[in-house]
Amino acid sequence: MPSAKTALIVSAVGLAINAAAGGVFADTVDKQEFAQIQRGRYLTLAGDCAACHTLPGSGRDFAGGRAIETPFGQLLAPNITPDAETGIGAWSNDEFVNALVNGTGRDGKRLYPAMPYTYYTKLTRDDALAIRAYLNTVPAVHNSVKSNQLPFPFDQRVSLVEWDALFFTRGTFRPNPNKSDEWNRGAYLVQGLGHCGACHTPKDVLGGDKNKDALRGYALQGWFAPDITNDSPRGLSAWSADEIVAYLKTGHNTTNAASGLMAEVVTRSTSHMTDGDLRAIATYLKDKPSQKDNQASSKPDENVMQMGAAIYADECAGCHIGNGKGASGLFPTLAGSAVVQQTNPASLLHVVLRGAPSAATDGAPTGAAMPQFAWILDDAQLAAVVTYIRNAWGNAAPPVSADDVGKARHTLLERAD
Amino acid sequence: MRPVNRRQLLGSTALALCLTSPTARATVIKGALPWQRGSADPPQLVTPGGWHFFTPQEAATVEAIVDRLIPPDPQTPGGKDCGCAVFIDRQLAGPYGRNEAYYMMGPFQEGTKQQGPQSPLTIAQRYRKALTALNTACHEKFASKTFAELSDAQRDEVIGGLEAGSFKLAGVDSKDFFTLILTDTRNGFLADPIYGGNKDLAAWKMIGFPGTHYDYRDWIDRHNERVTLPVVGISDHPNWAR
Amino acid sequence: MARKLPRKDVAIVGLGWTSSILAQELTDAGLDVVAIERGPWRNTATDFPISYAQDELRYRLQHELFLRPAQMTVTFRNNVNQTALPVRNWGAFMLGNGVGGGGLHWNAETFRFLPSDFVVRSHLTQRYGANFLPADMTIQDWGVTYDDLEPHYDQFEYLCGTSGTAGNIKGAIQDGGNPFEGPRSRPYPTPAQKQGYGHALFAEAAKQLGYKPFPQPSGNLSQAYTNPLDVKMGQCTFCGFCEWFGCANYSKASPQTTVLPVLLRKSNFEARTECEVTRINVDRSGKMATGLTYVDSSGTEWEQPADLVLVCAFQLFNVQLLLTSGIGKPYNPQTGEGQIGRNFTHQTVSTATGFFDKDKYNFNPFIASGSIGMMIDEFNGDNFDHSQLGFVGGGYIGQVRTNGRPLESMAVPPGTPAWGAKWKQALRDNYLSSVICGAACHASFYSYRDVYLDLDPTYKDRFGRPLMRMTIDFHDNELKMSAFLTDKYAEILQKMGASQVVKQPRKGPYDVTDYQTSHLCGGAIMGEKPDNSAVNRYLQSWDVPNLFVIGASAFPQNAGYNPTGTVGALAYWAAKAIRTQYLKNPGPLVHA
Repeated sequence: MPSAKTALIVSAVGLAINAAAGGVFADTVDKQEFAQIQRGRYLTLAGDCAACHTLPGSGRDFAGGRAIETPFGQLLAPNITPDAETGIGAWSNDEFVNALVNGTGRDGKRLYPAMPYTYYTKLTRDDALAIRAYLNTVPAVHNSVKSNQLPFPFDQRVSLVEWDALFFTRGTFRPNPNKSDEWNRGAYLVQGLGHCGACHTPKDVLGGDKNKDALRGYALQGWFAPDITNDSPRGLSAWSADEIVAYLKTGHNTTNAASGLMAEVVTRSTSHMTDGDLRAIATYLKDKPSQKDNQASSKPDENVMQMGAAIYADECAGCHIGNGKGASGLFPTLAGSAVVQQTNPASLLHVVLRGAPSAATDGAPTGAAMPQFAWILDDAQLAAVVTYIRNAWGNAAPPVSADDVGKARHTLLERAD
Repeated sequence: MRPVNRRQLLGSTALALCLTSPTARATVIKGALPWQRGSADPPQLVTPGGWHFFTPQEAATVEAIVDRLIPPDPQTPGGKDCGCAVFIDRQLAGPYGRNEAYYMMGPFQEGTKQQGPQSPLTIAQRYRKALTALNTACHEKFASKTFAELSDAQRDEVIGGLEAGSFKLAGVDSKDFFTLILTDTRNGFLADPIYGGNKDLAAWKMIGFPGTHYDYRDWIDRHNERVTLPVVGISDHPNWAR
Repeated sequence: MARKLPRKDVAIVGLGWTSSILAQELTDAGLDVVAIERGPWRNTATDFPISYAQDELRYRLQHELFLRPAQMTVTFRNNVNQTALPVRNWGAFMLGNGVGGGGLHWNAETFRFLPSDFVVRSHLTQRYGANFLPADMTIQDWGVTYDDLEPHYDQFEYLCGTSGTAGNIKGAIQDGGNPFEGPRSRPYPTPAQKQGYGHALFAEAAKQLGYKPFPQPSGNLSQAYTNPLDVKMGQCTFCGFCEWFGCANYSKASPQTTVLPVLLRKSNFEARTECEVTRINVDRSGKMATGLTYVDSSGTEWEQPADLVLVCAFQLFNVQLLLTSGIGKPYNPQTGEGQIGRNFTHQTVSTATGFFDKDKYNFNPFIASGSIGMMIDEFNGDNFDHSQLGFVGGGYIGQVRTNGRPLESMAVPPGTPAWGAKWKQALRDNYLSSVICGAACHASFYSYRDVYLDLDPTYKDRFGRPLMRMTIDFHDNELKMSAFLTDKYAEILQKMGASQVVKQPRKGPYDVTDYQTSHLCGGAIMGEKPDNSAVNRYLQSWDVPNLFVIGASAFPQNAGYNPTGTVGALAYWAAKAIRTQYLKNPGPLVHA
């Protein structure tokens, strides 16, 4: 039970965090308040609001209409420009803050957790108001969006009351007094605006986070967002804080390259964040306790490994090298790579089947791309080479079957993105 | 040979169609390197079986020719078993046979040797014409036999005559045709097996070419050593089999 | 009727090496730039990945990455007494197409010209006297010196990560490099590539004969590299599918692997592909370019207005555009008047084939890169005394074999039948143990009054525009030079241990069916005065000050080296002049 003194310290720390972020204390949103607007702009980038609320290629920022995939069907992200009729221009500040931190819409209707209010609830009111201040300044776009595209019965919002009861814990972030400012800032970002768990935390059948397995990986949209706890070998244990920062800032570090959904996160969001904030995220992530890996890895078949090795030599070694080391910043290192050893191989299968461009940022502009191999490798061959890289050079991960590959191939062909 | 590939790079956030006209087709690249998921332009593998261009008689003639140009021996099959006739057949049925890449506007006139081929006929047409003329000429010279019915020695005699220009073909320059079919036969023999020839990589094995390996960093310093890598092609990887 | 587009600061024809460099430099200066490219976008993972890039039939024989003659070609004749006929399928040269241009599928041999090459007429006249040069030879000084270009050669090499061993750093001759090269300010960005057996054996033999062999400067990198734009490249793996082909592992310098990742992300740059520029527009006075007209792939015509126009297409098309747009005066070989089309040159290449004992020599020719090789420069340019030889010019001589691709490696000893069992056996016996090197002697091609470009009177492209006509043949000077160099190469092959050497010196007449590099030069040459050049020393048109014509079209004659290093250096040189002089004060940069 925190004492009054502790509470004072906590709030002092809270003040310090806000002050450090250049916060304004007034419970207002002032169109003329440049500092607040700029802070809001930064926070909007950090929260990657555009990822859902901006339809790619439309040139109309935050005007909504982008399809959001959920396990239960599709939603369309609403228009959050200041348009009075079709956007949020007519909303009061409280209504806006409520949406972010309480998951309620203007008329009190529950929002679907595709809007990650379960994470944004951590936001301080100041930060929420700063975002509001910024969004007030973007061009108003008249674009009417019917968000709820889910099939029955998921389109019945009343079910969300139950869902929230199970999975939603309201409340602003409480800094941990035993941890550094930097750690707390990182926790605030990861647990809140960054909503990393929205992709990286496994979910149960109702789509709610399995909190005890937070950040241990989740399959979505044809990818597997990997384990980003400090676990070994499947988490971030092999990455230093510097490597995490480099990855978030540029999309690349000495061993890995961001591609697919994470490449978008980097180019749209994290590459625009300050080094200080990225370092804070790294500090927080590196401090997550390491969990024992309960997955028993079955030894891969000798014949499969042989076939995989032969395919690797002919099709992969030209870039990734025979010893799996790749080339720093250009061709990802496969030997010792956590991404390669995830229990769910979906991301691996995705890049090998379809190819993938890596993130291109100012810090790492090359943007080298994996070519697709779906045309030349059949299911058994692809399974063999993927099993090989998951188990060569000291790597150890469950083998991949021809059947797994066939399913992934089919799934990816069906996807429009 | 592939036809000109004009992929539409739609769907990437980096691209947009050109400005005002709905019919305008320019691919505008702005803001990022273009990417289209799964994009690739792999070669079209020849499927064995049947003839796509040759009539049965033409096929028999060409099989007979290629098997003398590159005869079988105990170590390496000849042109026929290596699929050279299949190769030529598929090529003639495709863009190569149609001279799709060629400038085929007139006026047509013969020039010097240095000015290169100026025929208004496509390669496919030239083959058709020449093969007919060849069999007609054989008919006349060899008591009503077609080229395919000749003995090896007779076939060699005819081919030598084409090479020298002494075995005349009606309406067709013998030397030109000889050069054309020799080139195509060699191409069929030594190109990647995906095109129908070089069956089982036989020709590459014969000469000691390990094929389409891409990484020789472990071998560059090993001067004067025989490379022991398995012979592979774009779609031929016997070393992958379990 | 062309539809008019919003104005840009700069409109560029093409998106190959020169265009990419100019666009990068001028967007850095804050200008709004558009590049209009006839061909398609191409890049590594989607167009030449490791699973199918190694296709000799598709890319080498059937030229898939190149311009189709059906889309655009040229006509050819040896002299004015012949009727020029269309080049219906490529032979003597191959023309690039698409983003990256020739830079996508080149060998990446990256040379600097010799200091004397830039002042060749003065230099030769001084050394041998004016009468030493044939009367109809029209070589001339460039208007720039090696020293002018040195920092820009350096820029291009560091952009590409060129792998090499320096021979002369600030005047100090370096062991293992080219002792004849002009002084460079610093070493190459990466060390020379490793060499194969045949290449190393050549170097040994050359040393024994008293020469100073050095590794060929290579844009196929010896190690991973990050260039000044922060773009990363990989290490070359000696795949042997280099020139004609795209590189599957980012280890060949090209616009795609060195510049475009940065350029394309800029908000002030736009590329339009599959759009063919048909005309450079000028105003009524004819002295100011107003922009470009182009046709998109559905046939719609567009007008792109711009303040500054850069012509950065391949050499031939630079000249063609000037002629069809009515800029400058077309060259008349009879009167000698007119600059556009004059001093057209190619490259004089020859070789010898060495057949070695198959039980003793295995060259593994398939282990190679596009710019691998050991060479000597003793007989390049004016590095040697020509007084008793009866010719001027020269070239490098090297074992620069780039591949063992089967269809290009069918050399058999003379007397072997062209077909049959004996041919088959000869192929079997000689593939691994022969040295076949397309351009072992890679030499200069000086300019002549009767070798030129103009517009064909008969043949047209699909828009009804006249094709370029090339009138070109070898002169005695180049043929004598070729015989001399070929003999020298043959000696070295002999010294290497060849059992049989078959010399193939270049012979006339110039044959448009026989591949002899794509190093076409001239036609819009640079110079010191408007009466002997088309562009000034900054590659600015004498006739139209807001028009620059950049590329090998500017070479007054071709020297003994591959041209791209010099093309890259000239692009940087012109970019600097535009940025530091022209933009501050638009107008003629040289008052002659």
